[in-house]
Amino acid sequence: MTPPADSKKYWLDDPHNVTKLFRGLWIACGLLIGIDLFLHRHEDFEFATVFGFHGAYGFFACVALVLAAKQLRKVLMRPEDYYDRDRHDR
Amino acid sequence: MTGNFPVALVLILGAVLIPLLPGLLRKAWMLALPVIAFGYLLAIPHGLHGQVELLGQTLTLMRVDKLSFLFGTIFLLAALLSVIYALHVDDTMQHVAGLVYAGAAIGAVFAGDLMTLFIYWELTAVSSVLLVWARRGEHSAATGMRYVIVQLLSGMFLLAGALMHWRATGSLEFGHIGLSGTAGLLILIGFGIKSAFPFLHNWLMDAYPEATPTGTVFLSAFTTKLGIYALARGFAGTEELVWIGTLMAAFPIFYAVIENDLRRVLAYSMNNQLGFMVVGIGIGTELALNGAVAHAFADIIFKGLLFMSMGAVLLRTGTIKGSELGGLYKSMPWTTGFCIVGAASISAFPLFSGFVTKSMIMSAAAMEGMTFNWLVLLFASAGVFHHAGIKIPYFAFFAHDSGIRCQEAPRNMLAAMGIAAALCIGIGVFPGALYALLPYTVNYEPYTASHVVAQTQLLFYSALAFAVLMRTGIYPPELKSVNLDSDWLYRKAGWGFVVTFRLALTETRAGLAELIEARRLAIADFVTRHRRPEGLLMRSWPTGSMALWVMVLLLANLAFFYLR
Repeated sequence: MTPPADSKKYWLDDPHNVTKLFRGLWIACGLLIGIDLFLHRHEDFEFATVFGFHGAYGFFACVALVLAAKQLRKVLMRPEDYYDRDRHDR
Repeated sequence: MTGNFPVALVLILGAVLIPLLPGLLRKAWMLALPVIAFGYLLAIPHGLHGQVELLGQTLTLMRVDKLSFLFGTIFLLAALLSVIYALHVDDTMQHVAGLVYAGAAIGAVFAGDLMTLFIYWELTAVSSVLLVWARRGEHSAATGMRYVIVQLLSGMFLLAGALMHWRATGSLEFGHIGLSGTAGLLILIGFGIKSAFPFLHNWLMDAYPEATPTGTVFLSAFTTKLGIYALARGFAGTEELVWIGTLMAAFPIFYAVIENDLRRVLAYSMNNQLGFMVVGIGIGTELALNGAVAHAFADIIFKGLLFMSMGAVLLRTGTIKGSELGGLYKSMPWTTGFCIVGAASISAFPLFSGFVTKSMIMSAAAMEGMTFNWLVLLFASAGVFHHAGIKIPYFAFFAHDSGIRCQEAPRNMLAAMGIAAALCIGIGVFPGALYALLPYTVNYEPYTASHVVAQTQLLFYSALAFAVLMRTGIYPPELKSVNLDSDWLYRKAGWGFVVTFRLALTETRAGLAELIEARRLAIADFVTRHRRPEGLLMRSWPTGSMALWVMVLLLANLAFFYLR
């Protein structure tokens, strides 16, 4: 990492503040799921009214997405000049 | 006003004047063109205008109805925003190409028959490729060539289908076509290439990230949405589209997670958004069609905004690779803010434009009882937040500090982004204005407590997943790489086939030539052996031997008669 040209410190530069944000996100998620205790959500599908359905679906969908994409890299990833290499052989 | 003069020609003919105008006047003229065109469009009553008789067919140059008016409006708005964004560029070719391209797309939207549609369809291809070539490198030259070949091919499918449709129905009118018969299938393939159907999609990820920073903003608005308009006009309610759209919404997000070029990530997420629209068109109910075209409207603005913010980063830093960027919020705070608004809109956060449009498609799918499709679309909704909503702003503006310190984007770029961001929020907060423009009456309330809570939960837990994966180090890092997609078939396999085939052909020809040469030598040898001066057939014989042989023959004759 090259040293920044300016020495100004930003709030996000402090790792403690990033941790604070991370904890804040957990708290926000906890509060949001708490709403399900009080609000009976009207849904088009019966299964979607289950407590925490959308939260759980969002979380696990994203984890599955990233893990699957990581595996896909093994099959799909090539060096950056993959398509350029044989252009010069023409 | 009669409206016989096509709105498209205001932009196309106006663009021709651009090179003739000096400095400031040129900028004023470019800004005025979309405004003049829109004022003119407002003055035209709904109906058929500009009808021309040609070869016994009536061509309709201007069909103004709710659907074409909506797309005409958003295309003119996109043209204006793109012009503002590109105002600082000192390259006349790009300005002319951009406005002709916008004009062609608008002409196609107002085309009332398939022949007029075809002509404008091809003009969008030819004018837009100039925005790729305007980057002026060996790489963009090759990419542009691939792009324009695919685009013109789409036009060929449309033309072939249109001619068959004409023979079958006796009319060239561009109304509902449907998937009955070969004509419908050919036209659907033509539209499908423009709308980036799976396996016909790769021109999008190939070409858009290779255009100039401002060119990509133009490109993102028109070609694919023209495809969506044409599908909504010709194939509403075609059930196959539900499945095509579901696949389109799902598979590009896997690519988006591992892609390093951030403008290419946006191209993948555009493909995913087009999937939602195609599903809406496939369902074909009033709610679904309203949702599809409303989402196209919102998408042009928020996707344009995202491409603008990434274009500004590319302009200022010279790179758009996630692996090389980070910490730019310190240098480009305004661009960061506008990018986040675009990210929130595409992710469909409540109070942003995506929320009020995408939810119509989701609800329409649920009402038709399409459980599986609905679940896939919900997965795609979480995924789009993950890769476009978080990944784009995170890797460009936050993540680890790359040490890059640059200037904030030029003022005209900030102005364009500011207007687009305001529109994103405006549509999200006051959806009624957009709903009033939709082709069917809207009886839909996006802001119910259940819906807001459900969507917020989905998005926050997706963000939590990102944060957890990031902090545990499971999230795949940005790597310098390219990922194989269907363009591999023609860029690698096809090319390999050509190379191998050419090699085989050369070798066969060489082998054949060798064989022929050997045979030729053998024949020549045989001929010369018998016909050379001392050869068997060319030898001179003494007269005595001739007399001897005649005597032998006569004796043989005598003996024959004597013995008989």
